[in-house]
Amino acid sequence: MLRALLSDDLPGSRLLTAVLLLILVTLAVTPFAFSGAQAINTAAKVLVFIVLVASYDLLLGYTGIVSFAHTMFYGLGGYGVGLALYGWGATWSSMLAGLVLALIAGILLALAIGLFSLRVRAIFFAMVTLAVASVFAILASQLSDITGGEDGRSFRVPEVLRPGTTLFELPMLGTVTGRTLSYYILFFVSLALFLAALRVVNSPFGRVLQAIRENDFRAEALGYRTVTYRTIANCLAAGMAVLAGGLNAMWLRYTGPDTTLSFAIMLDILLMVVIGGMGTMYGAVIGATLFIVAQNYLQKLMATASKATEGIPLLPQLLHPDRWLLWLGILFVLSVYFFPTGIVGKLRQKRTAS
Amino acid sequence: MTDTTSPAVVAAPEPIPQTKTDYVPLLLVPVIALVALPLIGNPATWVTLTMAALAMGMMIFVISSGLTLVFGLMDVLNFGHGAFIAIGAYLALTVLGPLSGWTQADSLTLNLAALGLALLAAMIGTGVLGYVFERVIIMPVYGQHLKQILITTGGLIVAEQLIHVLWGGDQKNMALPTALRGGIVIGDVAIEKFRLLAVAVGLVVFIAMQLVLNRTKLGLLIRAGVENSEMVEALGYRIRRLFVAVFVAGSALAGLGGTLWALYRETLTAGIGGEVVVLVFIVIIIGGLGSVGGCFLGAILVAQMANYTGYLAPKLALASNIGLMMIILMWRPQGLYPVAKR
Repeated sequence: MLRALLSDDLPGSRLLTAVLLLILVTLAVTPFAFSGAQAINTAAKVLVFIVLVASYDLLLGYTGIVSFAHTMFYGLGGYGVGLALYGWGATWSSMLAGLVLALIAGILLALAIGLFSLRVRAIFFAMVTLAVASVFAILASQLSDITGGEDGRSFRVPEVLRPGTTLFELPMLGTVTGRTLSYYILFFVSLALFLAALRVVNSPFGRVLQAIRENDFRAEALGYRTVTYRTIANCLAAGMAVLAGGLNAMWLRYTGPDTTLSFAIMLDILLMVVIGGMGTMYGAVIGATLFIVAQNYLQKLMATASKATEGIPLLPQLLHPDRWLLWLGILFVLSVYFFPTGIVGKLRQKRTAS
Repeated sequence: MTDTTSPAVVAAPEPIPQTKTDYVPLLLVPVIALVALPLIGNPATWVTLTMAALAMGMMIFVISSGLTLVFGLMDVLNFGHGAFIAIGAYLALTVLGPLSGWTQADSLTLNLAALGLALLAAMIGTGVLGYVFERVIIMPVYGQHLKQILITTGGLIVAEQLIHVLWGGDQKNMALPTALRGGIVIGDVAIEKFRLLAVAVGLVVFIAMQLVLNRTKLGLLIRAGVENSEMVEALGYRIRRLFVAVFVAGSALAGLGGTLWALYRETLTAGIGGEVVVLVFIVIIIGGLGSVGGCFLGAILVAQMANYTGYLAPKLALASNIGLMMIILMWRPQGLYPVAKR
């Protein structure tokens, strides 16, 4: 049963299994175990990013193509759900319609980009996606009549999902509000999507993707149409990113360029994939969790360090909380050099070595 | 000293077969200009916009020529190119600061001297930085595209953050020297002086580059390296040194172009590299990766699109360039002037 759920791709290391279980249990009980908005918001962000990073790993880690347009699809999902709820009223049907429309648009866009740029050289793809994504981001902030511009759009979600709605009281655990329900929708959909991604990469299709990553010429020679496989992988990843964006919009009840489309998020995703481990779906879980927790606490740590080093030239600026991306960037470069397989890869390696 | 490389020594009776020059893509420039004319309506505005497009095209060309050459020669796509653009501009800003006496003096010579010094500082600074970048960041990952993209993107993040640390994150004012402010008015047509300077610098770079590439031994080796680097190596030339030299030159050009761009915008933020790099990528894809001539043409085309649509439908300016790229890729999937390699 468990093997079937995980598509026969077990974590493969005791420590890794323990950490993954810890993350799963923590995420599952967050609404009841922790009080306060910050914990549940962080947990929701972790969930959304696990899906997003897993879908990106499908591209980067398994197929070996670099896309810079992943935030575009993420944003498409966010804007799809957000604008539908904003424009057509806070009902389930408008939310679903928005999501489906965004999904169709996202997959078509991914198909178009893939057909244009994957056909020639894989390196084209990175450049074309970067260009298209930045155009999309600019359009989203400029067409302010539709998208709300830089300010984005705040909208209402269906009645049952609102924080003010009390669904029922649980003995010992307290009230179950719409917010809790919303969280559990997010939790189970994310879990399902993650398992689906695991299924995809361990299917025969996924094996072909890995073959393309290792040696595309050889894969082609074996009779696989690499362009078709790459394009399908691109569309799948795009679709999953759209769903992640939709989930995020549902949770935040807000959609704007900074939360979905900015290049900084694209870099975050890259960092999460690389630090967690490229080509291992579990790396997405580890990377996303670690990164978001670090993001919350590292900045506080840096603020204290910056204060402590006051007076020494340059050091306070280097340690200023706004400069945390500097340190992550250095970490990123170092991990590409020295730990190309990331945390998960290292853990698995240890097991096979002993 | 005998010139052994000259083909004339080999007494061949028939001339060496020349590749035919492909003129069709060149027609795109007048075609786009002529299509834009009736849409814009007013000829004076059209001339101003066309001049603006030329100036912008030249600046983009200066920035992207290094990148495309580096890719052609070493098969390295440097996503960190944007960092050199920004750092060049910031270095120039630092030099222009103390020279404000010169830039505000009402003398063209002093103004140009200050600007020249700033440009020189930007080029030297980014050149040195390019050397370090090549040695530290890129050398370990030659031949691995995926890692190159990741590593150079990482380098870009770090460089951009270091700019914040060193120069502060706020928007800087990049004032033009007095003599270059304002424009020249001929009839109804107004042309900004700085744009003329940008066109001049761009043309100088383009011509110098063509001369070096086509008339010198170094250029011959570079062109041969683009075609087949292994063969150049087999003939006993140290291709790695050539790599480094081209990378340094490319970085220096990015610094030069970045300075011009910042002066053109008259403001400077750490994100300047990111904005330009999008255009630069479109340009080198349109031109054909690795082709300097294609890059020149692509830069003008992109600038034309940006200026004409910027006037007609400002919100679609960048989107129109994506459209242009799509159409050109449909016509020629490898870009306008594909470089035959691998």
